[in-house]
Amino acid sequence: MRSVKSRLLQEKIAKLLMQLSGIIITGSLFFIVGTILYKGLPYLSWDMISKVPQGGFYIGKEGGILNAILGSLYLASASTLLATLIGIPIALYLNIYVKKGSSLARSAKLLFDVLFGIPSIVYGAIAFSIMVFLGIRASLLGGIITITLLTIPIVVRTLDELISTIPQDLRHVTASLGATRWETARVMIKYIKPGLFTAILLAFGRAIGDVAGVLLTTGFSDNLPKYIDEPTATLPLAIFFQLSSPIPEVQGRAYASALVLTSIILIIVLCSHILASKQKKHKI
Amino acid sequence: MINRLVKDKIAQRLSQGLLGITSLVIVLIVVGLVWKALPLLSEFSIGSILTESVWAPLKGKFGFLSFILGTIWVTLLSLIIAVPLCILASVYLVEYASDRLRNMVLPLVNVLAAIPPVLYGVWGVLFVVPLLGTYIAPIFGISSTGYSVFAGGIVLAVMIFPIMVSIMVEVLNTIPYELRAVSLSLGATRWETIKHVILKKAKPGIFAAVVLAISRAFGETVAVLMVCGNIPQIPKSIFDAGYPIPALIANNFGEMMSIPLYDSALMFAALLLFVIIFGFNLISRLILNKLEAKY
Repeated sequence: MRSVKSRLLQEKIAKLLMQLSGIIITGSLFFIVGTILYKGLPYLSWDMISKVPQGGFYIGKEGGILNAILGSLYLASASTLLATLIGIPIALYLNIYVKKGSSLARSAKLLFDVLFGIPSIVYGAIAFSIMVFLGIRASLLGGIITITLLTIPIVVRTLDELISTIPQDLRHVTASLGATRWETARVMIKYIKPGLFTAILLAFGRAIGDVAGVLLTTGFSDNLPKYIDEPTATLPLAIFFQLSSPIPEVQGRAYASALVLTSIILIIVLCSHILASKQKKHKI
Repeated sequence: MINRLVKDKIAQRLSQGLLGITSLVIVLIVVGLVWKALPLLSEFSIGSILTESVWAPLKGKFGFLSFILGTIWVTLLSLIIAVPLCILASVYLVEYASDRLRNMVLPLVNVLAAIPPVLYGVWGVLFVVPLLGTYIAPIFGISSTGYSVFAGGIVLAVMIFPIMVSIMVEVLNTIPYELRAVSLSLGATRWETIKHVILKKAKPGIFAAVVLAISRAFGETVAVLMVCGNIPQIPKSIFDAGYPIPALIANNFGEMMSIPLYDSALMFAALLLFVIIFGFNLISRLILNKLEAKY
């Protein structure tokens, strides 16, 4: 048996290492946001967020990235809406109509879990091939379809977790009052409402930040999208393209665009955090 | 009354249909990938595609070895960095930290998960690449631009922090309190309890978390693409540029579709990713589900 002293020393060292790892992991968040803030802030101007690219924007002349900001918002809103409309019924179906623990319920849940992990580049590649096959050109529509496919698993999975937090009693009570399963579902939705918005925000955040999926499917354009079948700029792609430019001014704009995207994401996270704490207190 | 039952039935059929369509999409994805990859597979044997390293689509040579090795290098490096850090941090959060600290740190980790890949890429270009190129590589007497598999590994490690920490914390939370109490009452220090009792008990869960992180790392495209150089070569040191499979698809899709077998080769790459990730995901999910059912 080693001496008590050396055992206690070991304990101290281990604890120190653990604290250090914790600091590194949490610190990396502030570090990333800090780096983007530090580099992007000097280049951020009102022009950047209120104007579309003018001639020669990508060689450092006038203009902004309004087209990309709006393009991203259109894309993310439309696909989140679609994914929610498809995802909510699926999640409810799996929890209410299908018997709990049945092989259908289990395999469907596993399927969505696994789908959740499939990288967006694979979705993008498939969607692109289908678009080529059907003769659809790169457009807002193509992007919306791809991102919708990507976000459905997120919606289903988070909702599934939310629904599992609903007390069983609620189901029994509604059932004993003679409600049909559909009516039970409506009560459940009311119960998880704040959490539902969190899930939607989460999907929206994922949708607005995704690059690999839109890289092949939305194309890129300097104009604001007027119709759904037009190519559209998105914020992550604008960052990506500007960053690969050799001109320092354009690179700086990439940093500023990254800052805009970071702000959008942080606002979303903040909102979902507030809603999540509401869910904890929320009772019917 | 009948009206309500009809409504119920309609809702059931409708959601059933949506589930069916969604599952069908998955089947379509797989069928599409295989169908598009078939021309390449009928021309070359799968063995030679996976083991040859010459990538020259114009000359009809499609060797995936350098891409596969690029992916493996980046993934391994990120795991070497992330796994120990995440295990230590999650053990600390569960075993030592106060509730207040835990409630502060875990949401922050979730914010990290919400940051889009492209922002990780920007951070990589702004910070990791110059750091490696100007400061760290010279220490080893290597000249490097910094765009390397090492940079990819670091960026990826930070990206997989959140998924690993959140799963590991969940796994550690499932370990019954009595186990700790018994070990501590026998005179073990807390660290000894963690080392000999808790980590041993949590092993399958931690393994599952790592496997899940691997599958995330494998498919990560844009952040890695931005920092790892993208030269189709077999990386010889961690400061060499590499070219992971997802980057290959992203960089080349849509261009040069007229070159024979090129798009087939890229779809094969996507299929490869899909199969590997699907497999990894499935394994870790099965382990995690089993653990969940147990406790």
